[in-house]
Amino acid sequence: MTTQPIPSQAPRTPSYVSPIPISRTHLGHALASEWTKIRSVRSTLWTLGVFLALVVLLGCMMAGLIGADTYLNTPYTMPAFFGLLLGQMCLVSLGVLVVSSEYGTGMIRTTFTASPQRHRVLAAKILVFFAVAFVTAAVAIAAVGLYAQITVGARTNANWLPTVFTGALYVSLMGVLALAVGSMMRHSAGAITTMLGVLLVPAILPAFLLFNDGLADVAQVMSDYNAINALSLIFEGDRSTGTGGAQIAFLATLTVLACAGAFGVQANRDV
Amino acid sequence: MISLEGLTKRYGEKVAVNDLTFEVRPGIVTGFLGPNGAGKSTTMRMILGLDHPTSGDVRVEGRHYAQLRDPLKSIGALLDATANHGGRSAYHHLLCLAQSNGLPERRVHEVLDIVGLTTVAKKKAKGFSMGMGQRLGIAAALLGDPRILMFDEPVNGLDPEGIHWIRTLMQRLAAEGRTVFVSSHLMSEMALTAEHLIVIGQGRLLADMSMADFIRQNSRSYVRVRTPDRERFLDVLRSAGITAMETGDVLELDGVAAEQVGELAARHALVLHELSPQQASLEEAFMRLTAESVEYHAHSGPAADEQASWGAGWKKG
Repeated sequence: MTTQPIPSQAPRTPSYVSPIPISRTHLGHALASEWTKIRSVRSTLWTLGVFLALVVLLGCMMAGLIGADTYLNTPYTMPAFFGLLLGQMCLVSLGVLVVSSEYGTGMIRTTFTASPQRHRVLAAKILVFFAVAFVTAAVAIAAVGLYAQITVGARTNANWLPTVFTGALYVSLMGVLALAVGSMMRHSAGAITTMLGVLLVPAILPAFLLFNDGLADVAQVMSDYNAINALSLIFEGDRSTGTGGAQIAFLATLTVLACAGAFGVQANRDV
Repeated sequence: MISLEGLTKRYGEKVAVNDLTFEVRPGIVTGFLGPNGAGKSTTMRMILGLDHPTSGDVRVEGRHYAQLRDPLKSIGALLDATANHGGRSAYHHLLCLAQSNGLPERRVHEVLDIVGLTTVAKKKAKGFSMGMGQRLGIAAALLGDPRILMFDEPVNGLDPEGIHWIRTLMQRLAAEGRTVFVSSHLMSEMALTAEHLIVIGQGRLLADMSMADFIRQNSRSYVRVRTPDRERFLDVLRSAGITAMETGDVLELDGVAAEQVGELAARHALVLHELSPQQASLEEAFMRLTAESVEYHAHSGPAADEQASWGAGWKKG
């Protein structure tokens, strides 16, 4: 019989083995988690509910007020434009809250403890929010289009289906931009105010900049690419001024840049 | 197993955590003690990869936290009982955490049952009392049935029944072979639960020893005496080479056995009203240890004596 040499100060190293099987986490887990988060808070219901009410009710109201012959060259979804102008603020608020509420409540520490891959958490937030915003906006716009088509019943040369996609894409991108801003600022009120500025300043400022010749170019860019003009182009269906493609590309670029910033900022930040 | 090596965190000029090196071993409850502002929470946040160390290294089971693929199964942490979205129900809070680590939904029900929140599972967290919030945080920590558990001041806000429950829970978890690391600013609380002790003050390591060693090294024993014949008694003590500390009408004698004092008094026919061996509390030992490093002293006034301001500083916590 041999005796094992026992170290003089053998540390007790019992190790607990859990019966729960180990699974490597991936983006799918993060998406499921973020979906649970977004559907389990009241603010989602409120912001999306108000958004739907604004776009659909205002849209249906406007649909009747617009003369039937207007639709000859304008898509039936055009009345949704009025609701979207106001309604995009709801998506912006929700986008901001998706991230900033976690920082505000301290939930972010629990989140990052459970998922230290911070980039994965943010990616999942962006994807889930974008999907929710896009579907909601598309449903709202389509509802207005259908209502207008049925009630007005006039002939039209404009195909309104593409505008469901482009309109929903534009406001959802705006929401994702808000999410990225919220992630960088970590403060709900600050981020929502910033987004209000993004939405309104480029629409208002050009009127004042035009007085200065040197700034005329800047003013032109602002008035071309501001959110109000972009949405009106998307729904106007006036081929001569474009259908908002450049504006969508511009917002998409801006959103991608903001998201890149958000990923970069959160990577090494203390939370 | 958690290992820290030269862990340091600076906020500008201020050093919150200063060159901490220690290991937290499995199978026992390790107490992490320090006055308010000693750097306990900062250290715990760095262990969890939430804060980034200025220098040094910290590893969980040999890996950096960000490298953990299924962190909730390695380590469960309760940092702050309010670290949840108040508008979300307890069930959904735990569900989204479980999903992020691919844990089955039944684990949510299991941990809700363990902490006794099953009946309020669908209630919003903002309606929870401090104690319920604490239990929800503990449920989240237990979710992945982890090998390491870390609790930051877990007894805060719990009622006596809850405090008893968490003590038993921690000891049971450690007995199962898990690593249990728990912070507190109450020595008395630690004395009841922890087997090993790590004490820090102003971010520096002050002690890393077993609770038994700490008690042996730090508990001061003395003899308490009251006598109507005080002056004569002091003379007798002086001639016997015993030093006495006077506090009010009570004398405290260090380094002498009660029997010896009694016999001495009998030989000189002195009347004693009290003769009792005393042991200074661990709380006092802890206060002595961290005396220089307490950051937030309370001052009740310029004339306040040091001892009094001490106690005030602690109760403020």
